[in-house]
Amino acid sequence: MPSPMIVFDRVSKSYGGLTVLHDINLTVAPGEVISLIGPSGSGKSTLLRCINHLEPIDSGSITVDGELIGYRQEGDLAFELSEKQIARQRARIGMVFQNFNLFGHLTALENVIEAPIHVLGIPRRDAEEQAAELLTRVGLAQKMHNYPRMLSGGQQQRVAIARALAMKPKVVLFDEPTSALDPELVDEVLDVMRALAEEGMTMVVVTHEMSFAREVCNRVAFMEAGRIVECGSPAEIANDPAFRRTRAFLSRVQ
Amino acid sequence: MLTYVPAKPWGSRAAAMLLVVLIGYFLLSIAGNANFGWDVVGNYLFDSRILSGLSLTIWLTIVTMMIGVILGTICAIMAMSRNIVVATVANAYIWFFRGTPVLVQLIFWYNLGALFPELSLGIPFTSWWVSVPTNTVIAPVTAAILGLGLNEGAYMSEIIRSGLLSVDPGQRQAARALGMTNGKALRRIVLPQAMTVIIPPTGNQTIGMLKTTSLVSVISLSDLLYSAQTIYSRNFQTIPLLIVACIWYLAATTVLSVLQARIERRFARSRRDLGVTTEITSAGQVGSS
Repeated sequence: MPSPMIVFDRVSKSYGGLTVLHDINLTVAPGEVISLIGPSGSGKSTLLRCINHLEPIDSGSITVDGELIGYRQEGDLAFELSEKQIARQRARIGMVFQNFNLFGHLTALENVIEAPIHVLGIPRRDAEEQAAELLTRVGLAQKMHNYPRMLSGGQQQRVAIARALAMKPKVVLFDEPTSALDPELVDEVLDVMRALAEEGMTMVVVTHEMSFAREVCNRVAFMEAGRIVECGSPAEIANDPAFRRTRAFLSRVQ
Repeated sequence: MLTYVPAKPWGSRAAAMLLVVLIGYFLLSIAGNANFGWDVVGNYLFDSRILSGLSLTIWLTIVTMMIGVILGTICAIMAMSRNIVVATVANAYIWFFRGTPVLVQLIFWYNLGALFPELSLGIPFTSWWVSVPTNTVIAPVTAAILGLGLNEGAYMSEIIRSGLLSVDPGQRQAARALGMTNGKALRRIVLPQAMTVIIPPTGNQTIGMLKTTSLVSVISLSDLLYSAQTIYSRNFQTIPLLIVACIWYLAATTVLSVLQARIERRFARSRRDLGVTTEITSAGQVGSS
């Protein structure tokens, strides 16, 4: 087995007195697509946001491609990294948000080239070439010079995926990527994600789309109250739910 | 085939007629009144003292607004800091300089020499410092720049803070997720989008500042108003010279308003393009139906 891409080792996190992540252990292999499902408040989005240190963790450790995220270990002590160092780690971890969060003052193309130019220091011409290629790949070659406001939700989310891919990430994190979309626009985004999965991208997807989880994901992790209560292949989860709540949840979303 | 005839707005037409008559009568009575001294206005409009006063007024406006914007930006960021000392210092600054009259602040800076006869620069609690007599540093111009600039900084910080708060937090989050540091996210993503909210009130402030600079006449700095005052204190043509000053203030604020409109259009680029496309799509729909 190749060395894992993402490893959660006994990760816990709490806000005030409320524990939102409880002793999470999870290993994601390179090229694996894993979806996190569970009721709202179960901690799945928090878990996702810990992977790029948008949320700091309280104990345990997270590594991506063998690199400890957010901290530098010296013996028994873990020192939080400087802002610059954390930014450098985040640059190789793509993230796609529920509300797209495209930069409103920039066109689709400018959104995609912004970070490659100003974070990675890639020459503008190369960045533009790559961005045009990525936007063509997500089916938006005609919309390159449009501002986000002029795009539909599905188109915006596809630009957001192209923006994440432009950083050549090792992993892409999806935080409910289709939840803010009108039903008829969900498929165009899922198609792009499906193609990305087939190309071998490592993906962690927080979603309510059970059909996507079943068809595309290698594994599904079901979360509840800050714990991963079940984790297995979509067939295992869907056909033989070990927990009553899992079953109840699945029947609700289907 | 029907021809549509719009309703006639008789009420507003009558009101417009009435206004034209009243304004015409008003203008005629001013123009015909010899007490206004229009010939004196004409004589002094391009007087070299008036023009040099005008240039000082414009220069002061530009310098103090620049200080105000820089101080305001720093202060707005400090006020939003999670560090309680940093945030409190910023809020205390805003509280003090918004809470006291700018006229008092001007006189205060002008008389700083009475409070601190010497100004020292160095590292506190060490012997490394230099000092100079305050009155050699605080000339009237310095007092004016300090008084107006510090006061403006407090107002600008509130304007800039509201601009920064108007940008969706998701924008900053997306920028950070792409590997930007907080500073870069602020400069490249948040501030450009905050501009649409920041610019209109900043234009107001600039126009306000142009007129507020007339307060420096109390510390005998020869701005536009003070120059007019100097002239009429000798020839007693008070009203004509005040009219001269007003004409120049109006001219300058008009130029500033035009500039503001231009800058606003420039920063509303992403919105204006939306409008253009809507026109195209609606035209397309008309064509296809």
